[in-house]
Amino acid sequence: MMHRETIPRVVTKLLFPYILLFALYVQFHGELGPGGGFQAGVIVAAAIILYGIIFGLQAAHRIAPPRLVEIMISLGVLIYGVVGVFGLLFGGNYLDYFVLDPDPVNGQERGIFWVEAGVLVTVSSTMVAIYYAFAGRGR
Amino acid sequence: MIAAHLPALQVVIPLLAAPICAMLRRGSHAWAWTMVVSWAMPVIAFAILLQVLEGGTISYWLGSWEPPWGIEYRIDTVNAFVLVLVSVIGAVVMPYARASLEREMPADRQVWYYTMYLLCLAGLLGMAATGDAFNVFVFMEIASLSSYVLIALGRDRRALVAAYQYLIVGTIGATFYVIGVGFLYVMTGTLNIADLAERLPLVENQRPVLIALTFLIVGLSLKLALFPLHFWLPGAYAYAPSVATAFLAASATKVAIYLILRFFFTVFGGSYPLAGLGVPLVWIALSLAAIVLPSITAIYEKDVKRMLALSSVAQIGYITLGIGLLSEAGLTGSIVHLLNHGLMKGALFLLVGGIAYSKGAVTVDRIAGMARRMPLTFAGFVVAGLSMVGVPGTVGFVSKWYLVLAAIERGWWWLAILVVASSVLSLVYMGRLVEASYFRPSAPDSTDDQEMPRSMLASAWVLVAACVYFGLDTDLTVRVAAQAARTLLGTP
Repeated sequence: MMHRETIPRVVTKLLFPYILLFALYVQFHGELGPGGGFQAGVIVAAAIILYGIIFGLQAAHRIAPPRLVEIMISLGVLIYGVVGVFGLLFGGNYLDYFVLDPDPVNGQERGIFWVEAGVLVTVSSTMVAIYYAFAGRGR
Repeated sequence: MIAAHLPALQVVIPLLAAPICAMLRRGSHAWAWTMVVSWAMPVIAFAILLQVLEGGTISYWLGSWEPPWGIEYRIDTVNAFVLVLVSVIGAVVMPYARASLEREMPADRQVWYYTMYLLCLAGLLGMAATGDAFNVFVFMEIASLSSYVLIALGRDRRALVAAYQYLIVGTIGATFYVIGVGFLYVMTGTLNIADLAERLPLVENQRPVLIALTFLIVGLSLKLALFPLHFWLPGAYAYAPSVATAFLAASATKVAIYLILRFFFTVFGGSYPLAGLGVPLVWIALSLAAIVLPSITAIYEKDVKRMLALSSVAQIGYITLGIGLLSEAGLTGSIVHLLNHGLMKGALFLLVGGIAYSKGAVTVDRIAGMARRMPLTFAGFVVAGLSMVGVPGTVGFVSKWYLVLAAIERGWWWLAILVVASSVLSLVYMGRLVEASYFRPSAPDSTDDQEMPRSMLASAWVLVAACVYFGLDTDLTVRVAAQAARTLLGTP
């Protein structure tokens, strides 16, 4: 690892918040243009993987503990699925977003928002988990 | 109120139960959770079957988008029957799983086993429930990916190779399936199965449609292990954890056969273009090869799990034979054999898993004389084995009866005789096991053998008892199967 290289360390620290910010932009821009939960999740994971490459796996484990990453993989799927269940609770079919709001168009938007949030959580944590699995080999 | 949402709940409950299961840390908690979920499945499946029998086909619009634009779950007698089969087997093996897995894998892996098991269950139920050809592919991937993991979790290192081989073959199968669906989509502009059935006659006999059919048949035949595309199956079933083998053998290939039924009869409308291309004849020839050749290999096989896996290939041959006959009796035999084979092969694999519980690998030599110390296990073995042979009073007889009837209906006496004669082959290999366990002297190191734990024995014997019960009382199974056959053939 590049523990003693000053420039990559400083640049990583500088870029880190902006990468996360850009991920959020892609996340919330998803329903209007290119982007969405998957792409945003990959960008979040890229930030953490960059951090891990520069500062070492231990440092990455401190900001994204493996147990948390493991839970997030399941959690994202649950968020997605529970949005569908809310459709049932509000009197529609499974995955029915029309009933999530008095105005059906708003309902669709709300449903997509939460589904994309679920995708973000699962995709980012899965990418990080794959990185941990590879980087942690042979230890 | 809730009754209207059963088709979605059937799939969504195990799908959402899986991530919750993954968050549990202890094998016993994961087991309890999976147990509750998997026993809710047959309740829902039977409720759906009753709804279908009383009120006809159910159509459920996911997200309230109208089909054919939205995804539709469309359940008629055929897939209601498959839902019952998969969910019942999935529930019955669960009490068995706990003790068996505690012996076979470390505690931290058990949680992953149950998670993958729930995903596999969700995938198989989803494949059966959905009325959208592409949605089938998605669920096929869920079921396949999780079953690769289930197989790779076997305690023998060879499980990894078997799982890898299955992964390659399964991926090719799924790819061929999706290529076939792609061609159909290009030609018709729809993915909804009911809509496809309406639109295909407009483009029939055009080359892309025939190519689509070819890809679909080959892809699904890989998945259902039709001879000679069965080579992945013996290894996968032999090295998987015992309970996974029983579950997959009884359910996974059956769902692929259901898809063949759906595409042959609902989408391509039975005779067209199958009959014109000689598909049924090739299909029957392959089925006969599947019945005879793996059975002969099974006779010389030393590993008992492998022997039973080869016998599964042969039994799948009977099911596909009935499909190739394209008649109501043939289809009834096939559909009822989906369930019947699930019951008897599930029972046999669970019993072998019980022997493996104390013995590790189970070979014909190792079980010598064991029947004296494990009477209940081997009594179950004899009953399920007789059912495999097709002795009257067991489920095996019921299915073969309808296949023979269908063959005679067509005037093919040779086929009827061949079906009956092929039973002799299963008699030989099942007979070897019974002979070794009951009549040979036991090996010197086997004095400490004992029966498997009661929870495991109970699961196995439920299936053994079902083999006899549904062999004597054929009203329920055959009535539903016959109605499913009529649904497929479009005759009232």
